[in-house]
Amino acid sequence: MSIIEVKNLSFTYGIGTPFEKKAVDDVSLCVNEGEVIGLIGHTGSGKSTFVQMLNGLIKPTSGQVLLEGKDIWEKSKEIRKICFKVGMVFQYPEYQLFDETVYKDISFGPRNKGLSEEEIDLTVRKAAKFVGLSDRLLNKSPFDLSGGEKRRAAIAGVIAMDPDVLVLDEPTAGLDPKGREVLLAQIMGYHKERKNTIFFVSHSMEDISRIADRVMVMNKGRLEMLDTPKNIFAQVEKIESMGLRVPQITKIMMTLRERGYDITDGVLTVEQAFSEIINLLEKEGKI
Amino acid sequence: MTRDIALGQFIPGQSVIHRMDARVKNLLLIAFIVLIFCSFNFVSLGIITGAVIAVILLSDISVKMYLKSLKVIIVIILITSILNIFYGSGDPIVQFGIFKITLSGIYRAIFVTVRIICLILISSCLTFTTSPTDLTDAIERLMKPLKILHIKVHEIAMMMTIALRFVPTLLEETDKIMAAQKARGADMESGGMIKKIKAMTPVLIPLFVSAFRRAYELAVAMECRCYQGGDGRTRMKVLKIKKLDVACILVTVLVLAGVILCNIFFAAKI
Ligand SMILES: Nc1ncnc2c1ncn2[C@@H]1O[C@H](COP(=O)(O)OP(=O)(O)O)[C@@H](O)[C@H]1O
Ligand SMILES: [Mg+2]
Repeated sequence: MSIIEVKNLSFTYGIGTPFEKKAVDDVSLCVNEGEVIGLIGHTGSGKSTFVQMLNGLIKPTSGQVLLEGKDIWEKSKEIRKICFKVGMVFQYPEYQLFDETVYKDISFGPRNKGLSEEEIDLTVRKAAKFVGLSDRLLNKSPFDLSGGEKRRAAIAGVIAMDPDVLVLDEPTAGLDPKGREVLLAQIMGYHKERKNTIFFVSHSMEDISRIADRVMVMNKGRLEMLDTPKNIFAQVEKIESMGLRVPQITKIMMTLRERGYDITDGVLTVEQAFSEIINLLEKEGKI
Repeated sequence: MTRDIALGQFIPGQSVIHRMDARVKNLLLIAFIVLIFCSFNFVSLGIITGAVIAVILLSDISVKMYLKSLKVIIVIILITSILNIFYGSGDPIVQFGIFKITLSGIYRAIFVTVRIICLILISSCLTFTTSPTDLTDAIERLMKPLKILHIKVHEIAMMMTIALRFVPTLLEETDKIMAAQKARGADMESGGMIKKIKAMTPVLIPLFVSAFRRAYELAVAMECRCYQGGDGRTRMKVLKIKKLDVACILVTVLVLAGVILCNIFFAAKI
């Protein structure tokens, strides 16, 4: 069953001013429950604008977002409730931390949702565990955490609302390689357990190819491509013409293939490439 | 949201008004404001209104933007003009109880409305067509004589530049933080005054934190570039008076003469 259906969605900033800018242009797609959608595109291609329309933070200029078959703007007075169903983690979410302790900050969302104290405690601790924040950190001030910890605390604040759809806008931007790795693993672990739908915006093709079931490619506000990572990254020229690139390992393996080595098409991760090369060497009797 | 405020926003362009020297623009703005308030009859008010409209058309900025800047103060215009209608002296035209409308009241209302509108339009024109750096640069130059009184002109101008520079940044930041908290279910619209103020804490605290962080980073960046205040500092772009500016000054002097003459030769209405 499709949990989110987007129909001819468009958004224009600053209508009627000299700064008018069409940020999202006629985007349509269906997303199934439990799917992980990767969203890539050049800076300014409208990714952030698009995802903010999924939970009603901005109202589309035209078109519809259907959540479980219902237009989210049908009862515009109750638009706030959509936020609890479609959780949104913004770019650099650590700038939203405000409360005295990390625990209180994470509980802000669940409290707004109207949960009881016991439920809040449960969901806060669970969310903190998903992102690997220890009990000791929960009682600290969020402003005393390290950059990576702040980021994870902010993400926990959204996970704690237990949304059916989770949107992550460039969650790994600005983290060191180790931090990215850890965060990505935590998000994947969370998805495995909760099995909810995830929108994952990223500039890292490596991350996208590891985590996404399908990839949306946006260019100048339009949805240019929507397919599995394998099919998307097979079209190197098209991807590169939009100012993007394919994962490095995919490119290496493609070059080997072009040079006549017997390698399957569409290798996306280093692990896959490793086993491909081992196979190849075994076949040639080199090991 | 906050971006919709048109008041005080620079719109780059190449019009005559854009190309004028910022100092001249500032001085002429003052001249215009004085003239707007020194027009005592319909003829002189007409002249100055015509001049304001001419300046607006010359600025090559869409009329929509000007209307937007008026939108912000429309309530003030309405209240003052309605109050003024009832404030006149002389024979009443219509009377309800203690409230009476007189001819002089109507005149007053018209004058006040036209004056406020002209004032906003002409000041918007300055901010629309002058970049914030040029603007503060001009103000620094114009205030230079105050140095004799040991007023720190350069520091004041630098503070203004920085403040102006960060207004859009902080507005954008406010938008972002508000959106992030709304996404966590924060309710900022419903409830009474107190509840609304309380609901702003999750926005204000991150905003202050980030403002302090930015201030600190800016201070470090300025020190790294050996900034030590205004003494001995030279400019990359030196302001210059051009033929265009002289022409604009002459036209303004003509308007000035026109308004003064009309004030003398026609009867004052208020
Ligand atoms: N609040 C805003 N006001 C006006 N224009 C905006 C705003 N936010 C984004 N834009 C413009 O909309 C376009 C899409 O931006 P965005 O959705 O942030 O892209 P991305 O997230 O893919 O980098 C950009 O050209 C940007 O300049
Ligand atoms: Mg973005």
